[in-house]
Amino acid sequence: MPVSHAEEGYITADGRQIGGTLMELRNITLRFGGVVAIKDISFDIRDGEIRAIIGPNGAGKSSMLNVISGFYIPTEGEVYFKKVKRGPMKPYEVARLGIARTFQNIALFDGMSVLDNIMTGRLTMMKSGLLSQAFWYGAAAREEYAHREKVERIIDFLEIQNIRKTPVGRLPYGLKKRVELARALAAEPKLLLLDEPMAGMNVEEKEDMSRFILDLNDEFSTTICLIEHDMGVVMDLSDRVVVMDYGRKIGDGTPDEVRNNQDVIDAYLGVAHD
Amino acid sequence: MLYREAGDFKTTYGEDSQTFPIRFDRLGYYVTLLVAFGVIPLIINDYWASAVLLPFLIYAIAAIGLNILVGYAGQVSLGTGGFMAVGAYAVYKLMTSFPDVPILIHVLLAGFVTAAVGVLFGLPSLRIKGFYLAVATLAAQFFLVWLFNKVPWFYNYSASGQITVPQSKMLGYYITGPQTSATAKYLFCLIVLVGVAVVARNLTRGTVGRKWMAIRDMDIAAEIIGVNPLNAKLTAFAVSSFFIGIAGALFFAVYLGAAEVTEAFNIQKSFLILFMVIIGGLGSIFGSFAGAAFLVLLPVFLKNVLVGQLGWPTDLAAHLELMIVGALIVAFLIAEPHGMAQLWRLAKEKLRLWPFPH
Amino acid sequence: MPDQVLYAMEVTLNGLMTGVMYSLVALGFVLIFKASGVFNYAQGVLALFAALTLVGLQNGQVPFAHVINATLGTNLSTFGWQLPALLAILLTAGVMVVLAIIIERLVLKHLVSQAPIILFMATIGLAYFLEGLGDVMWGADIKKLDVGLPQGISDTIERVTDGWFGYGFFIDNLDIVATVVAVLLVAALTIFSQYSKQGRALRAVADDHQAALSVGISLRFIWVLVWSIAGFVALVAGIMWGTKSGVQFSLSLIALKALPVLMLGGFTSIPGAIIGGLIIGVGEKLFEFIMSSPDLGGAWFGFTIGATENWFAYVLALLFLVFRPQGLFGEKIIERV
Repeated sequence: MPVSHAEEGYITADGRQIGGTLMELRNITLRFGGVVAIKDISFDIRDGEIRAIIGPNGAGKSSMLNVISGFYIPTEGEVYFKKVKRGPMKPYEVARLGIARTFQNIALFDGMSVLDNIMTGRLTMMKSGLLSQAFWYGAAAREEYAHREKVERIIDFLEIQNIRKTPVGRLPYGLKKRVELARALAAEPKLLLLDEPMAGMNVEEKEDMSRFILDLNDEFSTTICLIEHDMGVVMDLSDRVVVMDYGRKIGDGTPDEVRNNQDVIDAYLGVAHD
Repeated sequence: MLYREAGDFKTTYGEDSQTFPIRFDRLGYYVTLLVAFGVIPLIINDYWASAVLLPFLIYAIAAIGLNILVGYAGQVSLGTGGFMAVGAYAVYKLMTSFPDVPILIHVLLAGFVTAAVGVLFGLPSLRIKGFYLAVATLAAQFFLVWLFNKVPWFYNYSASGQITVPQSKMLGYYITGPQTSATAKYLFCLIVLVGVAVVARNLTRGTVGRKWMAIRDMDIAAEIIGVNPLNAKLTAFAVSSFFIGIAGALFFAVYLGAAEVTEAFNIQKSFLILFMVIIGGLGSIFGSFAGAAFLVLLPVFLKNVLVGQLGWPTDLAAHLELMIVGALIVAFLIAEPHGMAQLWRLAKEKLRLWPFPH
Repeated sequence: MPDQVLYAMEVTLNGLMTGVMYSLVALGFVLIFKASGVFNYAQGVLALFAALTLVGLQNGQVPFAHVINATLGTNLSTFGWQLPALLAILLTAGVMVVLAIIIERLVLKHLVSQAPIILFMATIGLAYFLEGLGDVMWGADIKKLDVGLPQGISDTIERVTDGWFGYGFFIDNLDIVATVVAVLLVAALTIFSQYSKQGRALRAVADDHQAALSVGISLRFIWVLVWSIAGFVALVAGIMWGTKSGVQFSLSLIALKALPVLMLGGFTSIPGAIIGGLIIGVGEKLFEFIMSSPDLGGAWFGFTIGATENWFAYVLALLFLVFRPQGLFGEKIIERV
């Protein structure tokens, strides 16, 4: 499957601007001891698009996301972000590059309120030092309120105003997922990674979340890469899809191309292959 | 009727994030400050100062420091006694080497010295977590106590191994030494406590506070969203040790006057402050005050009852006190593991609705 | 052989023996931590309490004599009888079982789902309580513990090593007994844990409370069982240490010595407790020996220091932990997001 190196952008059918390559993964192999989680996978993610990674359970999708987000270092292969090769970095350094993510099992800070959780998303942009924070009034306070304003816009966008002071531990699952999305957004990321954002949601919640994702991509031009099981959501939302199975890439293209790919159909129906 | 938020709208972010958003609380805070600064200095005497007030003020400072490390940043430390000792010996060496510098400067410098030591002993927290870290901090505790006991430079080669605070004055009043008045001691410690509490409050409601809590709640996620764990944990140790060092300096210089390290700063002290933090409430500045008050008043109360009222021999009373404190600690932990701060919060919730039940 | 080497050998052997004594206390910790996830700070005080009860029963003391005298103005002291050592030991073991049941009912049951730090603090509170109780029940003066164990320096060893090396090693008889007892205890506990039904249940509980409950294991029974065994181990430790240095408050501080052993060996490993104990015992004694000797530490570093035993164990364990955060044999902590 050729990796598209198209440098010119294009405009989608619904008028969104897709740019050149934002992230590129080349020949990624990931091994844990004897287990090969990802075997020689290459694909790219273009600026401004919504890219989905799909595949049966155990295909290695979350591992792939972890490689993209820098949490796992691939055993072989290279990661290019904004055309620059990305060496092994600590997770917090990756955050500063402009990559944010949500988690499959919700990784919020249970001891803090919703507002504080979302404010942690702004950490990489906060500059005031320890001393200035100790005295609060002045530079530290101004910076805090400036960031607060940005965060409040995100709160408005995701419609969670009434729970901003609630400790996150007390929220129901669906709202927690929204708060996690808010926290990722607060970082104003270039690339947003969503790990099963619709998991555990009912139809209405899924519609809300889909709307948010589309609005995000539309209003803020955020590039989104998501893992998702719900085929309807994937086909509706994404511009392009990568299909994984047993750690290998078995499909890469637009939703229509992938839907009609025999290997993909086999994988989901469970036909044995080598 | 009394305790209401209705109608009290906040129009700026500043108002929204203030320490006491409810007007009634603010009033209570001002009244407390008034009593603390205006009333108590006039009626204080030596007994109350040394039995209750000074220990409360000083332990509150230490509890705030430890709460930052354990309650906000989630790093368990059993080395508090040792760090207080660092503060005490630092202020001793500073005062004896530079007697003309005001004691407040020396106390702050002692805090900085302790912060440096705290960072050093906090380095293992980057590799070791939870219980293992708690036990590792015991290494700091035992080593520091041994150090101040065995290396004569620290106690200026005195024959007894004890350190005694030299006299010192500030603004014309004695702060340390036998001629100091109870009022002077009390006010000095009170001013330091208010400063510490304000700084602690500011730090915990801002960026660094959120970094600490993120590390506490889920350090892997914290790292992924951009928190540098080395930076956050060592900052917690530094700030926490700064406050604990100040407390140790005050404990020796203002309260005790003379100290011997194995008695004054041993592991029982570490446990005591940890109890204050846990019974008071982890992650709460108010909790640090409440816990300190509880564990200072309790032995005083018991002693008065057992020895004063029932006339029992003091050694028996001491053993019973041990039993009662132990039992109370267990009972408290069973009844309200989130500490007195939580009890206070629940009480305020009820009060906001009063006289309605819900 | 050069003198220093012989001294060093003797110190090492003594270190090994001391290490065994530490391991005896550490074992109790490991058992309880394995089964309930609780780090029982009170283990040392349990040893003290057990020793106090043993002596009290042996000598026919009246429990709570001090309190009774204070309130009623009487002057009681002893019942006047003397119990044979074995009977006293059995009775004390029974007392420890009762204590385990009471602790489970009043304390553990209510703290089931709390954070580990809360449980740890509760055991500190328990330690204070038991210490006070022991003092109030049996009096706080130092007592001599004698259950018929051989004491004093071993003549046999002294003679034999004198024959081999020309220098007789001083090894305590008691330490030899302690080693044998410790080996037997560890063997018994390991067999119990690996091969008996209860042992398996114990390991299940240590792994996952909920899962254990769902297969019908009674959590409460297991806890009573574990704390009883730990109480028995505390009794053994109390007998050993009490015979060695008398029954007094400092016995409870032995717990603090066991902590570095646990750090090194891992909190959940029985063999780890032994190996950790040996390493700490030898390390501690050798370090002290070298650093306080003018010919060794003095010559190498230019100064001698003493009393390093207070902290060396901790620093040693700390260094181990930095390279292996779960201890030598502990379970590796795996975190996933």
